[in-house]
Amino acid sequence: MTADLSETKPLTARIVAGRAPLNLKEYEAAGGYRAVRKALKELTPADVTKAVKDANLRGRGGAGFPTGVKWGLVPSLEKAPGSRYLVCNADEMEPGTFKDRLLMESDPHQMVESMIVAGYAIQATRAYIFLRGEYIEAAKNLNAAIAEANAAGYLGRDILGSGWSMDLHVHTGAGRYICGEETALINSLEGRRANPRAKPPFPAIAGLWGRPTVVNNVESLCNVPHIVNNGSAWFLGLNQGKSKDGGTKLYGCSGRAKRTGIWELPIGTTAREILEEHAGGMKDGLKLKAWLPGGASTDFLMPEHLDLAMDFDTIAKAGSRMGTGLLTVVDDRQNMVSVVRNLEDFFARESCGWCTPCRDGLPWTYKTLVAMEKGEGRPGDIEQLEKMTRFLAPGRPFCAHAPGAMEPLQSALKFFRGEFEATIKKIDQTTATHAAA
Amino acid sequence: MSTANSSSNPSADVIKLADLVASASLPPTDGYRMSDEERHEIEECLHHYDDNRAASIDALKIVQKKHGWVPDGAIAEIGKVIGIPAADVEGVATFYNLIFRRPVGRNVIKICDSISCYLTGYDEVRNAISAHLRINLGQTTPDNRYTLLPICCLGACDKGPVAMINDDTHGNLSPDTIPALLEQYK
Repeated sequence: MTADLSETKPLTARIVAGRAPLNLKEYEAAGGYRAVRKALKELTPADVTKAVKDANLRGRGGAGFPTGVKWGLVPSLEKAPGSRYLVCNADEMEPGTFKDRLLMESDPHQMVESMIVAGYAIQATRAYIFLRGEYIEAAKNLNAAIAEANAAGYLGRDILGSGWSMDLHVHTGAGRYICGEETALINSLEGRRANPRAKPPFPAIAGLWGRPTVVNNVESLCNVPHIVNNGSAWFLGLNQGKSKDGGTKLYGCSGRAKRTGIWELPIGTTAREILEEHAGGMKDGLKLKAWLPGGASTDFLMPEHLDLAMDFDTIAKAGSRMGTGLLTVVDDRQNMVSVVRNLEDFFARESCGWCTPCRDGLPWTYKTLVAMEKGEGRPGDIEQLEKMTRFLAPGRPFCAHAPGAMEPLQSALKFFRGEFEATIKKIDQTTATHAAA
Repeated sequence: MSTANSSSNPSADVIKLADLVASASLPPTDGYRMSDEERHEIEECLHHYDDNRAASIDALKIVQKKHGWVPDGAIAEIGKVIGIPAADVEGVATFYNLIFRRPVGRNVIKICDSISCYLTGYDEVRNAISAHLRINLGQTTPDNRYTLLPICCLGACDKGPVAMINDDTHGNLSPDTIPALLEQYK
């Protein structure tokens, strides 16, 4: 680790590819757990929350909700005495997203330190890392780090003599994408089927076991110790003037690009820089056809959108969402009907089945696309798909799952309508041939 | 919505009603008795939560780790240890795709079929596995050595196509390397 890196890439400065993650001693030697000491000894919980608010840290799970504002919704201990919870959403399952895995596998102590500082800010009595069951290595490394932190007195009773106590537990899930929805995650953590809950009340008021609960994404939380150590102004400056948002962002690229991977860059870096400089462009002989800015539930953008800054507001203005910020690039050899069929297969299978629009609408959408892919599209299919994008729009289904599913569909219909129309022309010709015979 | 473990992947063949009836009566379950070890492990989990119900998923995983799947008889036993109705345990068991409510092979292959793997060669890899093992998604080889299941994004998209075999994640798969890879799992 160099001082340089921690100045510009705080989240990944301690990560070296191919090297085992730092243990407690090494992590402390590299500046680790300084934020815990500073927060617990010098700052009030409200000070920590204010620093995160001032830093304009926006939720890195995809929605971009300001992290500090979320914490601020938790009622004070006077108003709501008793247990309260911090939950890290480490159920990374958004297709095309592979950033939280890196943070947890390669720098588990950073995750643990983040949980402690954030837990202190909301005065949590217990904290959970809700980790997807398939992340075996992350579970192993996090549990080792937690054991070390417990032994060193960073967790447990009366942490560093502050009078505040918190336990931290890694809860591993058993699958299902819907667990990433924060209220479904809470139901799952309670040992129930992961159906989302009605909001309000929001988890900050009544979450896990009906108590005040904050659910934050891994990457959001990992920024917190750095904000506490270096201040809000420093954090805002990490964007190098590329965005209104503060900090760096883990950006990535998957699909048929030359060097797929993940990079920590100033938030607001352009998609072109990510794809062309860091990922080395598309593989030889392939051209970029379309791209998803941050996961399966974001609208497709086109090559002409590559110069947009990858931040929440800029990508939203272009009609999509930054989402998780990891690009999925679609090459020119792909048929968009097939690509969208693949996406809707995922969403249909992962519907929790709670509400009718999602449970019935997504399989219907999927089956329509399967037929179209086979060249068996019927007149009216495109209009039916468009109707779905309205029936499953935000506010109609119970949660954001089905609206997310409609984003790639509606944008593919907008940009590539001809490819969908072509599947229908074929059956018209077949019918015509039959009629002639 | 049923889950992957009941081989309901929409891209696989449509399940026949007869199959469902057969699977409901197939597993021989009378023999299940919870071992002291399992009971002890489940009771340990209760400490992690402020309500015992939260340990239901952990409990199902503990049983599955020992038996490969969750036999019918385990459902009520888990309910007794945790103090919740068996129906609630079953509701949880059938919701989550990593809990198997019917027997699986000694090695479970979970192949990612989400977008990044799809773009980088999922179809070819799945076909190679199916051809090598002569099974489709949702099926187990007759020698009980492998079960093949679809799974959503494994969070290793930069290494697509990706599959997990048991607890191991394998990236950059290609049809050529499939036979040698599968051979490592006895």
